[in-house]
Amino acid sequence: MYFLKRLIFAVPLLLVISALAFALVHLAPGGPFDRERAPASPEIERAIKAKYHLDEPVWKQYFRYLGDLAHGDFGVSLKYRNHTVNDIIAQGLPVSMLLGALAFGFAMGVGLPVGFFTAARRGRWEDYAGSFFSMLVVCVPGFVIAPLLILLFSIKWKLLPVGLWETPWHMILPPIALGLFFAGKVARLMREGMLNAMQSEFVTAARAKGLGENRLLLRHAFRIAVLPVVSYSGPMLADLLTGSFVIENIFQIPGIGVFLVNSSLNLDYPLIVGLSLLYAILLIGLNLVVDFAYTLLDPRVKYE
Amino acid sequence: MSISQRARRIFSRARFAFCVAILICFTGCVRHEPPADITILNGAEPQSLDPAILSGQADMRVAQGVFEGLTQFDPKTGRAIPGLAERWEISPDGCTYTFHLRSNLVWSTGEPITADDVVYSWIRALNPATASEYAGQLFFLKNAQDFTDGKIKDPTQVGVHAADPLTVRVELNHPTPFFSDICAIPVTSMVPRQTIEKYGDRWLMAKPLPVSGAYDLVYWRLNDKIRLRKNPRYWNAANTQSDLIDILPVGSANAALSLYERGEADIVWDAALIPAGLLDVLLKRPDFHTFICLDTYFFRFNVTRKPFDDPRVRQALALAVDKERIVKKITQGGEQPASHLVPAGTANYTSPEGLGYDPARARKLLAHAGYPGGQGFPRFQYMFNASAGGGSKIHEKIAVELQQMWRDQLGIQMDLRQMEWAAYLNAQSQLDYDLSRSGWVADYNDANTFLGLFTSNDGNNRTGWKNAQYDDLVQRANQEPDLKAREKLFQRAETILVRDEVPIVPVYFYVGINYYDTNRIQGIYPNVLDNHPLQAIRKTGRGSRVEGRELDNANKQ
Repeated sequence: MYFLKRLIFAVPLLLVISALAFALVHLAPGGPFDRERAPASPEIERAIKAKYHLDEPVWKQYFRYLGDLAHGDFGVSLKYRNHTVNDIIAQGLPVSMLLGALAFGFAMGVGLPVGFFTAARRGRWEDYAGSFFSMLVVCVPGFVIAPLLILLFSIKWKLLPVGLWETPWHMILPPIALGLFFAGKVARLMREGMLNAMQSEFVTAARAKGLGENRLLLRHAFRIAVLPVVSYSGPMLADLLTGSFVIENIFQIPGIGVFLVNSSLNLDYPLIVGLSLLYAILLIGLNLVVDFAYTLLDPRVKYE
Repeated sequence: MSISQRARRIFSRARFAFCVAILICFTGCVRHEPPADITILNGAEPQSLDPAILSGQADMRVAQGVFEGLTQFDPKTGRAIPGLAERWEISPDGCTYTFHLRSNLVWSTGEPITADDVVYSWIRALNPATASEYAGQLFFLKNAQDFTDGKIKDPTQVGVHAADPLTVRVELNHPTPFFSDICAIPVTSMVPRQTIEKYGDRWLMAKPLPVSGAYDLVYWRLNDKIRLRKNPRYWNAANTQSDLIDILPVGSANAALSLYERGEADIVWDAALIPAGLLDVLLKRPDFHTFICLDTYFFRFNVTRKPFDDPRVRQALALAVDKERIVKKITQGGEQPASHLVPAGTANYTSPEGLGYDPARARKLLAHAGYPGGQGFPRFQYMFNASAGGGSKIHEKIAVELQQMWRDQLGIQMDLRQMEWAAYLNAQSQLDYDLSRSGWVADYNDANTFLGLFTSNDGNNRTGWKNAQYDDLVQRANQEPDLKAREKLFQRAETILVRDEVPIVPVYFYVGINYYDTNRIQGIYPNVLDNHPLQAIRKTGRGSRVEGRELDNANKQ
């Protein structure tokens, strides 16, 4: 019931987001058909504006857009006039989602164990080494890490391709470059969560009952400690799945992230709004999934 | 069943499903396609491959391999050579062209290409509903501009007619010595009528797509790859050098260089795809080729604003720019400082000398204009666009340099105003600026492509500058059949533009930079249009690659 309600609330939220995005892009100075070369005739300018309904008031354009959207049609890209926004999403999103999923797997696969062990070995050198690692990868941005990885693994040792997205070999460096930041975040959240859980009463009680330390940490503390990571993983996943401009640009990956930035620079109205909506839908959907996962993990959480 | 048991079960299933999904994705994403013979890194993603709609150089370089015009560009010289037309006659007054199509022309789908296709393709480009950016290139045809402006509704009044299935008669407004070059520009190439009428805006995705050029479009995945395959029905297919060509859009110069160095790309043909910091090292390598091309970097004055309405002020600012310093210190690609707008190397034309570097005269002129030592000169802004790619920041560096030169030499203060591309273009066309960075790439090899811009009513003028004498000279030049007399008229016009009135200040002429290893790649030549027809390019055996040693050394230093 609760989740149904959340789903229904999502609809007006998306409407507000689309209206805001629509209004904002139309407010930006310049237009999608401002070119270095002046139109050869005022007639051409008029024809192109009429064709894409840019000569109408913005609210009218918005309702036309909503009407098309109701039929699942995001419209035509104004920059790439031979392509629809649906084409662009259908082509780029699976690539970005695969990249994002791999990066997510990497972030979890590295972040959780590191966080767990730094907490379990608190105050020893393993803790300092692990914490240093997670602090480092959080602080160093992707546009530094990615070229560094390319320089080492591709150019110096010639082990992996420098870019493109074709074989599994191409899919190793980009997810690492993209996932490292999140691995660090996850590790820090996990460590924090573990430290809190280890001081909580039910762990003390379990320890008093004579439970083995490993079993105690893995079975009991872990489940509570992982909760902050779970709640962070919703927005993180939305972030990862919609691609990253920086990583896709550096590795020449044909994902959606590049469009997210370039469409704004090109003032490609339908593409900007379409991609913003896509991002919003993913964010709302994944937050919902996260809340649902909470009910499964933490017996104290119940939604009415 | 307790919640935790249920959770565990759900999680184990989810884990399984996740692993399966990843596996499917992996196998699904691995491409099974033959490797291309040639891989080219092309710079920006083409906006369109529709010859009527496309606009950038990256677009044209691909489209001209897919759709051909009556003529085509010679890969060596960049001048027009016979394309779909095997020969043509020009009337004595230079105003009527009769083109004879080859008798063996067919679309890639087998139907014949006839004179009607020429008429259709040209009228389509002129039709305002098509919204072609390059429609203006066809305004040399009789009545063409009136047709696009909507003053004439009947397309048969436009000066292009099919005399018979293999003969096209073209009537021009003026003798246009470069008209055969115009017939090689993509906007004039042949496009398939039936496919366009059937599929509308998405006709390029039609399968099969009838093409008139040397290559079939296998697919075009946005931001990923364009794959071309040799069109066996092309009239000159026997001389098409490569079977499969991949064309990749690349957004970052570092990525382009890495892909090239690892052998994933054979040709990089965009000067913006060279990491600026490595320019000096790379240009010494034998596989980096620089050549002059017909592009000029300049800035505009908004002459409707004070104090730039005074030619003496504009001259003073122009004279205080040390262009030598800008090309040596900032651009570093071997660019030539420019005192005139039309680049050297333009056919049938030599520019008059414009204003050089003379700070003493600049100060004198500024004093005459009422600002001795820059006193009382209002603060003004220099508008420039954020460089694409963002790596080299050429425009910003030049802006800073100009700011310094004018402050030191003339004692005037300038602010910098960086804008996003669309906003910058908008401000420029609305005359909402004081000074504005600009550039222009020749559309065809003739002085008119540059000098025509600054006639009073040209939409590209964007300075507010109107000069009746200049307009008259350009117009008379375009009506003049004698090439020598025409050159004289253009020279007088350009003198007004760059020496007397100075609504614009040329800064330097761009150089084209391509990189490819001549031991392995042949059929690509430096030419002034930086235009490289795809059908001529081929790979030769497995010659040894130029090793990137110098680059490695540069990295170590």
